[in-house]
Amino acid sequence: MSHVLGQDGAAGGASPAALPRAPVQALDPRARILGAVAFALVTVALDSLWVLLLPLVLAGVALAASRLPVGPTLKRMAMMDGFILVLLVLLPFTVPGPAAVTLFGWPASWAGLEQAAAIALKANAIVLMLLTLVGSMEPTTLGHALARLRVPLTLVHLLLFTVRYIAVMDAEYHRLRRAMKTRGFRPGTNGHTFRSFGYLIGMLLVRAFDRGERILSAMKCRGFTGHLPLLDSLRFGARDAVFGAALAAGLGLLLTLDTLHAPPV
Amino acid sequence: MHIVDGALSAPVLIGGGLAAAGGLALGLRSLTLERIPAAGVLSATFFVAALVHVPLGPSSVHLIMNGLAGLVLGWAAFPALFVGLLLQAVFFGFGGVTVLGVNTVTIALPAVLVGLLLRPLVTGPDARLAALAGLAAGALAIVLTAVSVAAVLWLSGDAFIPAAKLVVLAHLPVAAIEGLVCAAAVTLIHRVKPALFGVLHAPARAA
Repeated sequence: MSHVLGQDGAAGGASPAALPRAPVQALDPRARILGAVAFALVTVALDSLWVLLLPLVLAGVALAASRLPVGPTLKRMAMMDGFILVLLVLLPFTVPGPAAVTLFGWPASWAGLEQAAAIALKANAIVLMLLTLVGSMEPTTLGHALARLRVPLTLVHLLLFTVRYIAVMDAEYHRLRRAMKTRGFRPGTNGHTFRSFGYLIGMLLVRAFDRGERILSAMKCRGFTGHLPLLDSLRFGARDAVFGAALAAGLGLLLTLDTLHAPPV
Repeated sequence: MHIVDGALSAPVLIGGGLAAAGGLALGLRSLTLERIPAAGVLSATFFVAALVHVPLGPSSVHLIMNGLAGLVLGWAAFPALFVGLLLQAVFFGFGGVTVLGVNTVTIALPAVLVGLLLRPLVTGPDARLAALAGLAAGALAIVLTAVSVAAVLWLSGDAFIPAAKLVVLAHLPVAAIEGLVCAAAVTLIHRVKPALFGVLHAPARAA
């Protein structure tokens, strides 16, 4: 539905709904959300560097079971690494400890290298699991599942409206950008560009506001009372029980291995 | 700036989660039935605005516009920006799971503060004053965001101090750009549709 949010932009055509019903997609959305959160909580709690390789393996297994396009999904995961690259590169030089290598006269400590590697492993495993389990849903399904997980309805409604109108406002944005381009606008690092982008964002907000008023009138006209009916009925099944048990066993194993491998303090 | 999983200490993550939950509860109180469609479309617009890349020398930075979100949405900026961050994490892989609370607070709290502080100036009759307030709102929100990101890094370990300093330094040009873009956006809204600054602020009417 939304080419901005859907996987199809990167995957070239197939929307999540059109994907064959892979094992991950056949699971209850609530189980997938809870699974991703439990996985994240356990993974950030791990200490041993060797044990930390396993969450990445688990996320890889989930990716294979989701039949999401591997390349684009891994690319998304790698894009996140761009954010933290500086942080990771700095760590070896700022954590005190015996020097591993010396770069331009700056000693890089083993402890720092280990800490940087641990952060990179955790961040990548969690993001990959999140993209695989939750990112493979329709955005609307995410909203419905959150509502069933007792997230406040106002927040769920805000999410559903946002998801619905991201594609609309994105189209509006591209229409305005095309109009600017037609008039010879080329972005650069200068005041004219910043002012033009400001007017562009301002105009988008004005149009969004007008659209919001029209939406409200149209919805009231159809008897909107503040409650959006959730059309799908979610049911935990045998598959979800198996998934839950397997995940719990996997996470339990991670925690056990981590305690066994704990470095002597 | 998105922080990722695995970097922050547990107390910081829990504190961030609790603060985000509190901010969300306060923000959701201002969203009555009448306001949800408008808030949703505006939230979608801020999501799209964050995909806009502005050239900065040989590179480019993406807009954040949390200052403008605070001016337009007030406390509702908290849930609106949270929804944006949630969607970015789930569908783009930006950020993470356990850090969602911290990331929400570092982006949304400056937005709300700036909105409370400067909104009276952008609703006044003076266009120049409104533009100046827009400039201040855009720049201040980014500076506050950078300082909060630096603070949560620093609270998580002394080894992060150089990185924290770098975060603040790297955000200074972004703050300048956001200030200028926000000033222009406020100027346009002030001229075309000043009511936009009041839509989600007036005390909630009984729906």
